Amino acid sequence: MTVKLMQGDEACAEGAIAAGCRFFAGYPITPATEIAETLSRRLPQVGGKFIQMEDEIASIAAVIGASVGGAKALTATSGPGFSLMQENIGYAAMTEIPCVIVDVQRLGPSTGRPTSPSQGDVMQARWGTHGDHPIIALSPSSVREAFDLTVQAFNFAERYRTPVILLMDELIGHMRERIELPDPATLDQEQRPDTRVPPEWYKPFENFPEGSNVNVPPLVPFGEGYRYHLTGLHHDERGYPTNRVDEIQPWLERIFRKIDRALSDILLYDIEGVEDAETLVIAYGGAARAARHAVKRARERGRRVGFLRLKTIWPFAEEVVEHAASRLHHVVVPELNRGQLVLEVERVIGRHKVRRVTRADGEMIKPAEIVAAIEDLERAV
Amino acid sequence: MKQQSESRVHERYLRHSKKFPNVWCAGCGIGIVLGTIIRAVDDLGLEKNEVAMISGIGCTGRMPVYVDFNTMHTTHGRALAFATGLKMVKPEMKVIVVMGDGDALAIGGNHFIHAARRNIGLAAIVVNNAAYGMTGGQHSPTTPQDIKTATTPYGHIEQQFPIAELAATAGASFVARSTVYHVRELESYIAQAISKEGFTLVEAVSYCHTTLGRINRWGTAPDMMRRLKDQSVTLKQAEGMSSEERESRIVRGIFAERDIPEYTKRYDQIIAEAQKEAS
Repeated sequence: MTVKLMQGDEACAEGAIAAGCRFFAGYPITPATEIAETLSRRLPQVGGKFIQMEDEIASIAAVIGASVGGAKALTATSGPGFSLMQENIGYAAMTEIPCVIVDVQRLGPSTGRPTSPSQGDVMQARWGTHGDHPIIALSPSSVREAFDLTVQAFNFAERYRTPVILLMDELIGHMRERIELPDPATLDQEQRPDTRVPPEWYKPFENFPEGSNVNVPPLVPFGEGYRYHLTGLHHDERGYPTNRVDEIQPWLERIFRKIDRALSDILLYDIEGVEDAETLVIAYGGAARAARHAVKRARERGRRVGFLRLKTIWPFAEEVVEHAASRLHHVVVPELNRGQLVLEVERVIGRHKVRRVTRADGEMIKPAEIVAAIEDLERAV
Repeated sequence: MKQQSESRVHERYLRHSKKFPNVWCAGCGIGIVLGTIIRAVDDLGLEKNEVAMISGIGCTGRMPVYVDFNTMHTTHGRALAFATGLKMVKPEMKVIVVMGDGDALAIGGNHFIHAARRNIGLAAIVVNNAAYGMTGGQHSPTTPQDIKTATTPYGHIEQQFPIAELAATAGASFVARSTVYHVRELESYIAQAISKEGFTLVEAVSYCHTTLGRINRWGTAPDMMRRLKDQSVTLKQAEGMSSEERESRIVRGIFAERDIPEYTKRYDQIIAEAQKEAS
């Protein structure tokens, strides 16, 4: 175990190396550039490859191409670049190519305030590309967690053959903290499974029979004797284009099933103090740091407050939120946007219980603002 | 006899599990280009396993699905960027990238010049039919001035991109242009492009009789094939021509052939350097 003073962006880059990432393609953008800079130095040291592409569209395309070649692959960007990547993220969802996309969120829309934190891309991470598709998005609240969730993002990408989005924010990306890095040998590193069938039997998009507990067909890298086809068109089990609904529908059901049936693995969160609580604070990412302070301060002032910190943003932890909040009077959701993940909270437990604490001007939410919301709600009862 | 043995070569490389027929109109030049690629790969004695064919969107984008290589039909304009990632992690593979003119030069124009500048080992083959065929004959970056297209009903007023000249200027290792009429020449250029290290480009000039041919009353596919034969000149024949005359012709030949270090080979040196420094 090594102790280091490190930025969130650097921790993310080190997490990628530790997860077995050996390819990065990216384009400079504040506040994610440090991830590219770190990996331009670190990847060749471990035999990996780094390339700075001509734009973000090319970056995500190269990442998908590298993953098809068998490498664990990463790109990192911020809001404007994340918008440019959306079409190809859809391609990765359609072709079920594992890859990790880091979005270090900054204040938008458009060029916005590049050096200011934001959580404005929550819905873009879910619905940024066109068409129905599942997605996994994780959001770290500390520098150490940027490392851990990057490792986790790669593991989920490989395990579920899906693009995974690491939704950081400028606060976490640029903040320096003293962290202890785990020994890479102790980390869980998901490897791409081999297929057990010969090439002529191989179906890269096999839809397993109803009731099967396997939902993810193995992806064999190009060049290993399994010559198959990948396309962004709807395709049959062998990957060939199809217009037949009896081939499209089973595929669509399987790609949702592979995520929906694995929620106990995918949903990561911390929960505390809900047993005797009257109010629950739900937060994630950078804003969860202010929320944690607020919860502590409110408790010191005699308020009974529970705290749910989501690390997995998508899929949304519906049952966790429902279970934690059902018997409580109030829920407070602080976010660095005009209210995005709170829409999910409201959908699950109803609007009447929920108080939004939002800020979308590039400044942090202060713990006092969250405490005020908690006390205001309790007074109103 | 030659014809018979050629169809046997094609059969060895086509996917028989794929649901034929293909999507192309009868008389289209794209199938001719696919045939030349197959024969070039066969002549070079490459293993199917070591060949990847990557495409973007459009009529030419449909080419990889029919052929028994490692194949990938990507998004519009981005084939070269996808191929760049694959080539970097599998530098031993022969990566052939097939694109149409709209795919490679309009939406993918940025990737096109930068792949050439980087000189990464990809063999790019652009089937240039001067139009967006699949969407019905809108103008592309290579559409000649004055003609009518589905989106220039009063005539086209933009200049053409000369694909081969652009690739040569951008830094490609090998650049050639021929037409789907001059099949043997095209095949030879494609074989050279695949075997040469670095970024290589072959522009295969074709036609779209279904869209531009119909809109401009240029006749049938054979009529348009004849135009390729009549309009084209070799680089040598073009030497004495005025620039106006040259512009009205299709100039065939090799536009660049140079030995520049290939990108993934250079990157191997970076790895060696970084590992030496780290240790």
